[in-house]
Amino acid sequence: MPDVQSTVLEFVNKLRKRKIEGSQATARYTVELLRSVISQQRVPHANQASALIDAVKAVGEQLVAANPVELAVGNVVRRVLHIIREENLSLTTAAMAGLDLMDASDDDELDNSKGIGYPAMSAAVVAAARSTLRPPSLQTLLEGTPESATVPYTSSSGADSESKSKSADKSSITRKLKHDVIEEVNQLIQEIAGCHEQIAEQAIEHIHQNEVILTLGSSRTVLEFLCAAKEKKRSFRVFVAEGAPRYQGHLLAKELVARGLPTTVITDSAVFAMISRVNMVIIGAHAVMANGGVIGPVGVNMAALAAQKHAVPFVVLAGSHKLCPLYPHNPEVLLNELRSPSELLDFGEFSDCLDFGVGSGSPLLQVVNPTFDYYYLDYRGGHNPSYMYRLIADYYSADDLVM
Amino acid sequence: MESRRNPRAVVDPKVRQVGFFTSSSQPDSTPQPDPIAPASHPVSSISPSGNSLSPVMIPPPRHNSSDTFPLRAAAASAVSPSSFSYSSRRDFPDGSTTASPGRVSRGSFAKSSVPAASSLPGVGMDSMAAATSSSVPASRLTTVSIVNMPPGLTEKASGKQVQSDQMKNSKPLKEKTTKAERRALQEAQRAAKAAAKAEGGKAPLVTSGSVASTSKAAKPAKPSSQKNEGAVAAGPSEKDRKKDAPHPRMQYDDESRVVKAKRRAVVKQTEAKNRVELFRHLPQYEHGTQLPDLETKFFQLDPMHPAVYKVGLQYISGDISGGNARCIAMLQAFQEVVRDYSTPPEKTLNRDMTAKISSYVSFLIECRPLSVSMGNAIRFVKNRIAKLPITLAEYEAKAALQSDIERFINEKIIMADNVIVKHAVSKIRDGDVLLTYGAATAVEMVLLHAHELRKKFRVLVVDSRPKLEGQLLLRRLIKRGINCTYTHINAISYIMHEVTKVFLGASSVLSNGTVYSRVGTACVAMVASAFRVPVLVCCEAYKFHERVQLDSICSNELGDPNAISKVHGREDINYLDGLTNNANLQFLNLMYDATPSDYISMIITDYGMVPPTSVPVIVREYQKEHLLV
Repeated sequence: MPDVQSTVLEFVNKLRKRKIEGSQATARYTVELLRSVISQQRVPHANQASALIDAVKAVGEQLVAANPVELAVGNVVRRVLHIIREENLSLTTAAMAGLDLMDASDDDELDNSKGIGYPAMSAAVVAAARSTLRPPSLQTLLEGTPESATVPYTSSSGADSESKSKSADKSSITRKLKHDVIEEVNQLIQEIAGCHEQIAEQAIEHIHQNEVILTLGSSRTVLEFLCAAKEKKRSFRVFVAEGAPRYQGHLLAKELVARGLPTTVITDSAVFAMISRVNMVIIGAHAVMANGGVIGPVGVNMAALAAQKHAVPFVVLAGSHKLCPLYPHNPEVLLNELRSPSELLDFGEFSDCLDFGVGSGSPLLQVVNPTFDYYYLDYRGGHNPSYMYRLIADYYSADDLVM
Repeated sequence: MESRRNPRAVVDPKVRQVGFFTSSSQPDSTPQPDPIAPASHPVSSISPSGNSLSPVMIPPPRHNSSDTFPLRAAAASAVSPSSFSYSSRRDFPDGSTTASPGRVSRGSFAKSSVPAASSLPGVGMDSMAAATSSSVPASRLTTVSIVNMPPGLTEKASGKQVQSDQMKNSKPLKEKTTKAERRALQEAQRAAKAAAKAEGGKAPLVTSGSVASTSKAAKPAKPSSQKNEGAVAAGPSEKDRKKDAPHPRMQYDDESRVVKAKRRAVVKQTEAKNRVELFRHLPQYEHGTQLPDLETKFFQLDPMHPAVYKVGLQYISGDISGGNARCIAMLQAFQEVVRDYSTPPEKTLNRDMTAKISSYVSFLIECRPLSVSMGNAIRFVKNRIAKLPITLAEYEAKAALQSDIERFINEKIIMADNVIVKHAVSKIRDGDVLLTYGAATAVEMVLLHAHELRKKFRVLVVDSRPKLEGQLLLRRLIKRGINCTYTHINAISYIMHEVTKVFLGASSVLSNGTVYSRVGTACVAMVASAFRVPVLVCCEAYKFHERVQLDSICSNELGDPNAISKVHGREDINYLDGLTNNANLQFLNLMYDATPSDYISMIITDYGMVPPTSVPVIVREYQKEHLLV
């Protein structure tokens, strides 16, 4: 599979040179790349799940190393790994159920018994099998499958399921697993591609008439969110902090004006002055951390503090691919990126002084500590920052957290 | 010495030291201790006159001295000098609270004559006169009236001493509630009546005088704690007081007034097409259009003095900016105005010059809204003009005014900065990482001075668009070899970890402790306090104002909106080109913001280092005495 390797290298190069910007684009590229990796991966008869996992992990490590600040890459890789594990698990349990209940389980029936569409007769058995194999998940709670609360936590590790999968019908499962995984990955691609629309659908519930909204940085999610409210005939004002030194706010303002929203551009320093007249702060995030912290465009911390001071709701819009299962440690330094100082200072003007030791840096990103009162909205609705850990348990499997 | 202590008088006034200390110890200036009741008052040992320490004092909830003294005054006519309580002193004609030697001759009477601890000099003295009329010779009574004379003469003598005291930072401050004041007043009246009764028909005239003065003084008693100069000079007239009250600022959404103002205006301003709705009450003009027009009119404008005109143009073009620089430029222009002034026939100097200055000021306002520092300076100048004795010849009056203005510049701005630097440098230690925002002159002086003292520290210069004043500061600091780091305000939470102290400048400090300063200061102070970094604000006391402001919106200044859409030196940022006339797109270039007092650890003024809660004390004390500079 030389072609996959070359595309991987190309993507790694792009990441390294920061050619791809924005977590959504990065996430899409990553997941598409992983899909081709999976589809081209030759799986052995035994241990096919672990083979897939190894292949995805190998590529994922390269990608993450290329741009460790772009957390979306790691998130998507983990999501794909999680999908593989889940699929493997559901196939295994289905096979077990099939072995136990039916002597001859043909492929057709197994196909039917995928996902929620289990045959009624085996549902209870499957549920019991699942509950022994994996920790209780929100998904299962919502499905209403009976689950004993005292189920001990058993990690859904590959080895555990492999031993059981051996007994299953090998030839059918091999084909099926890859097929199912790719199916699921396709769903993930759609989810990432459509996250803006799904978030924007909720705009009408959060923005009312004559609202004054402050935003900073340039985020497509925010843009779509605001425009969705505008399309529903809500009239409101938007204050945009310009976000020096990248001036992404100018970009956002331009787009908002083009869509006919009354927009006022303010300097970043005027955020505190204006916040007393603002009803809501809406920002797009770079990543949402496991402790509920938000990594956002530079200046977010200031806005969040000001919003906290004036008790203004602080809403962070983020698709699920921005949900990062890592806990930030010293994120200002470790999860940050410094851009060229020339954006702040003209080297020509200060060339005579530089040997005196002017150090200037313009950190691109900064971190908001999770002590603030802000909210997290993904396509499934709004969540409090303190709830992040639970969503993470839902999206990622514990084995992949450290890559 | 406690032999005759009245049980009711035991309660000591609560004394709190807030950070004002006299540098020179002054001997007890009370001429002779009263044999009867001096010791009965523990106050005397800590009262400002009696001690080198002049702390800020908070009066006791119950003004016991005023309770006891009427009795004593009625019983015995001799009264302790210590009974000259601080609350009464506050309104003493010369406004000085330290007993300066120049005052003692007068004070020897005055002191013994204010038993009732009344809040107003007239009351105290007259009632005392009533009480002691048996022992005080009539000639002394005339001294009282001299004290109440128009202060033009008396002030000059004492004013200098006040100033010299104050330059040594020996300004003692006192606190007083209006309630205590009112009670004191009542007691005074009662005492006067009682005394009058006791004296029989001996001094009916004086008593009536006392009552009259009391009733007259009763009115200002209440607002005097807020109003600055209201109760300063002896017996200010009602008219004066009205004039002194701060005018409500012009609201630009009041159309009729705007039209009226436009008719008078010299500067033809074109209104911005795309105004920000939230700031309708502020002038929003097209920038850059007035200057050429005004420049062509330079030689045609008859009524305008060229010096003032020049300063106005410099304001418009932005050549002079910064509170101190603008204020000094204006004052120097006024000096030239005074120098070239000649009273027109049939007019008096006082009135005509005040009118002239007012017209100049309104011209300057058209050029750029006044800063608080300028407002205070103008108030000072007008007050000096109004207080010029009519007997003075024109050349004398002009010389006096010029020297007054000169002194204001020297003492209130230049000396004040030096004192601030001295205070602030003591807070800089080796190894400090200091953060400053924008380009505050006071802070710059502090940093340079600390560097001269060979302190080892690093400076983080935080800057913001669109003015980028920090770059100028950065350049100046680097020239002196100070190790600097430069960043934009957005990155402040990234660098705040390493900061040990934040030094900020201020355009004005308002009496609720709010610091009104260059926009962005509030952000810096907020992030600093979130990171538990102390925030020190350097501000000269003449920039303090009695006004209260809650947000940055009601009163502010708007800069050129086009400065926001265009990013200087970055041609690649041109997203907003061609959109500037779009009705949906506005640019808001705020100039100032208000920092809440909770973010501020300390305000460094020429009177020392105070917490933001002590600002009203300085405002009250300072406003009273700055008229006497």
